[in-house]
Amino acid sequence: MAQVTLRKVVKNYEGTPAVRGIDLDIADKEFVVLVGPSGCGKSTTLRMIAGLEDITDGEVMIGGEVVNDVPPKDRNIAMVFQNYALYPHMTVYENMSFGLRLKRVARDEIARRVENAARILDIGELLQRKPKQLSGGQRQRVAMGRAIVRDPKVFLFDEPLSNLDAKLRVQMRTEIKKVVQKVRTTTVYVTHDQIEAMTLADRVVVMNAGRIEQVGTPNDLYHAPATRFVAGFIGSPAMNFLPCTLESATGGLQLRLTDALAFPVPQARIDRYRPHQSKPVLLLGLRPEHITDQRFGATANQHAFDVRIDVIEPMGIDTLVHFRVNGTEVCGRVAPATKGEPGGSMPLFADLDHMHLIEGESGRVL
Amino acid sequence: MAARLGSIEGDRRKAMIWSYFFLVIFVVFFLTPPVYMLITSLKSNAEISAAVSPWWVMHPTLENYRELLTSSTYLTFFRNSAIVSVAVVLITMAVSIPAAFALSRMKFWGSATLATGVFLTYLIPETLLFIPLFKIFVFIDELTGIELVNHWWVLVILYPTLTVPFCTWLMIGYFSSIPRELDEAALIDGAGYLQILTKVFIPVALPGIIAATIFAFTVSWAQFLYPLAFITSADQLVLPVGIITTLVRGDVFTWGQIMTGALLGAAPPLIIYAFLMDYYIAGLTAGATKG
Repeated sequence: MAQVTLRKVVKNYEGTPAVRGIDLDIADKEFVVLVGPSGCGKSTTLRMIAGLEDITDGEVMIGGEVVNDVPPKDRNIAMVFQNYALYPHMTVYENMSFGLRLKRVARDEIARRVENAARILDIGELLQRKPKQLSGGQRQRVAMGRAIVRDPKVFLFDEPLSNLDAKLRVQMRTEIKKVVQKVRTTTVYVTHDQIEAMTLADRVVVMNAGRIEQVGTPNDLYHAPATRFVAGFIGSPAMNFLPCTLESATGGLQLRLTDALAFPVPQARIDRYRPHQSKPVLLLGLRPEHITDQRFGATANQHAFDVRIDVIEPMGIDTLVHFRVNGTEVCGRVAPATKGEPGGSMPLFADLDHMHLIEGESGRVL
Repeated sequence: MAARLGSIEGDRRKAMIWSYFFLVIFVVFFLTPPVYMLITSLKSNAEISAAVSPWWVMHPTLENYRELLTSSTYLTFFRNSAIVSVAVVLITMAVSIPAAFALSRMKFWGSATLATGVFLTYLIPETLLFIPLFKIFVFIDELTGIELVNHWWVLVILYPTLTVPFCTWLMIGYFSSIPRELDEAALIDGAGYLQILTKVFIPVALPGIIAATIFAFTVSWAQFLYPLAFITSADQLVLPVGIITTLVRGDVFTWGQIMTGALLGAAPPLIIYAFLMDYYIAGLTAGATKG
């Protein structure tokens, strides 16, 4: 059993806070991804779990045991680094077996474990090569092999794909998921790439400025973000935020965007939003795929409006339309067949069933 | 297209011609003294005094070599030089590798100042140091009765004051270029500091260690001032001073033997360069961490 638990974990670098008190429970065999912009404290958090960074305050527990003062080698963890950190003077076999050799594991046991890991990672034919003779993807595999061989309680990944080119990154992402599914070990994975986070994680932890913004399954975060930060960070292209006010209308509430444009609030949400009617700064959050030309089995809450196109970006699978509402840049997603010219107008539909109402000052999703 | 390619080729040729021109000047400038030494070493004393042609040997003879290599004083100098240099290299490495590791990797109070301080000590020339050092040695002698002058092993104590600071500084630079993740990976793999040093840092920084070794050896082998100041007995002397003091008798310069002695004395560093260069280059090409 290897749950990882963080209790009010704080990290200061010479007085500058990097992590400002984090609580997190990671279940046994769970794959958790820490994601956030650079400087949000995600790597520091991972390094505190690894024992590479002192903990200023709070507790880190692995398998129910407080490990604050346990050195990295005794935490029974394995880590994969962004730049692979392979020992350049050793062969792949020596790289993978280094830890076991230090522990004086029997020679045939080492051979068995290395061969097993090599089979999982499909690097059997590389064992006698030096890191220099390997490609980026192969090095990354060896780095994972070095982790697997140790049979750790927890895998730690620190931006393992950031050094690879875009195509290989997608490939290795799938590869990592396959390997972790085979090995089934508690995994903490750090990345700044929200797509990596979404595709890999059982649960995603979104961090910002040393704090946890939200913890949830990829779908939770995408469909029910708790804060404006999460709403804007998860999803690509990012969610649109439109300043608006709530006002009474016949039969309920409506969102006023401009003098000319207002959308009625869906019936199901009226009670939820009514108390916030007086709030001065509100934002309507709407993802690009919910501003579209298509009306899939049109519901009552899809509302048409006309826009003047600024930029059209065909992506193949669909086309992005950029326009402005009251000066705010907005992005919509239309079918590839939809025709439009920059400067021309286009009828679009806002799908308010998927809207988010955000309190401007606190950034809280209401 | 062809014309453009031609002009690039032309530029290249021009660059090559100039490179060779300056390389030839360089080679002539630096090889003339050893060639002159070689020519003179093959002449008899009579031919040298006759001064017929400085660049040609009329009657080549190995007499100078025979005499030097059978003279026990010269062999003693050679032996003393060899022992001193090897000992100094070993001491220097034993001190500067761990020192550089500590200064580049372990953060402790004053470590940055200490690293700068190590380098600053290198900037003080031995011409300023030998008199105070002599004073200290005399003081220790009076206090303890240990005679710290006029023994070859005194040089083994003295030379590291020249080699350790520079080698440490050189190694700090090498160690600092090793990515930190490498020690962190080793730390997680279960290595202690000593194992990180011996199993990761030393092999990875081998080119730097070899460069430092060459430096330390050359400094010890060629050092002139300290043996001149600290050693007077012929049986304790090392080559550079020994040749001058024993082969110049009063105002009589036995040029043939002086040249032979210097030429033979230059051989060991040359052999060590040739031998270690291979490792040095091999180390350079095998060292890369990521591509």
